[in-house]
Amino acid sequence: MQTDLPGHRHEWLDDDAGPVVRPYTLTGGRARPSTDGLDLVAYVLAKPDPDLAAFPELHPEHRLLVELAGRGTPVVELAADLDLAIGVVRVLLGDLLSRGLVAVHQPPRATYLPDNDILKAVVDGLRAL
Amino acid sequence: MDSVRYDGERRGNRVPIALKILIAGGFGAGKTTLVSALSEVRPLQTEEILTGAGIDTDDLSGVETKTTTTVAMDFGRITINEDLQLYLFGTPGQDRFWFLWDELAFGALGAVVLADTRRLADCFPSIDYFEQRGIPFVVGVNCFDDARRFSLEAVRRALDLDPDVPMVLCDARDRQSGKTVLISLVEHVARHRGEPVPTA
Repeated sequence: MQTDLPGHRHEWLDDDAGPVVRPYTLTGGRARPSTDGLDLVAYVLAKPDPDLAAFPELHPEHRLLVELAGRGTPVVELAADLDLAIGVVRVLLGDLLSRGLVAVHQPPRATYLPDNDILKAVVDGLRAL
Repeated sequence: MDSVRYDGERRGNRVPIALKILIAGGFGAGKTTLVSALSEVRPLQTEEILTGAGIDTDDLSGVETKTTTTVAMDFGRITINEDLQLYLFGTPGQDRFWFLWDELAFGALGAVVLADTRRLADCFPSIDYFEQRGIPFVVGVNCFDDARRFSLEAVRRALDLDPDVPMVLCDARDRQSGKTVLISLVEHVARHRGEPVPTA
């Protein structure tokens, strides 16, 4: 569905090095997003032709998020692609939401159970893999 | 915020439905292996940062001490069709990450509990968790090469499982075998229909 970005890795740093930047530096220390409860599989969809130039305060990571969300991407995949913690991505997405640059499609809530057609499609799809 | 919405009707841009399935079980039971075997992409990893305010307070410094830990979560994806995707999440192994489980389990379709017959007790906490929350689950008995084979009935008794919980022998390394486990889960979820809706 989407191509993997190379991420922010350096040759001279492996996973053992741990984080080299404090995780919430990017969010200016904000650990709580302006929007509560973005589900891990909520789809983020960028507005068509977003005018990013109008928001000079945004970080490169914000801009990458908008780019990645062009085709609609779940929160958890955005986090993996940017190699950022979920909590950080939620804060950044809150910034984009408040500027109207992205829309979020939350998955159906807990009161919901997929109907038989969906379950049947899943079983058929799995069998066909 | 009005830009956050449940968009069940899908307008304009088509947004697929993403269904969450949890892969749980004790440490070393094969969770990551199963996610890898089933995922259409290399398993992705994401992190959640846990921040806890330190209990030491030092009035002179006035500086909060905080401890942070990162918890890695493996996940994989299976695209069923253009409208439907499955996301498989391996659950973090340690009990102190229960609150992350709550997030993962919220709205989840169901769960697979992987059992290793050499260490059956390791999957008790997972089973308790899903039973208490009414989340449908199946038990996949991972057949490790060097493990003594037990009958499924013996394992069921040892786990004190309800008779309606499906049990499947599986090899977490094998995609076909993993598919069989997922299919039995979805069929089990379908049988659950009509009963009280699970609350996460």
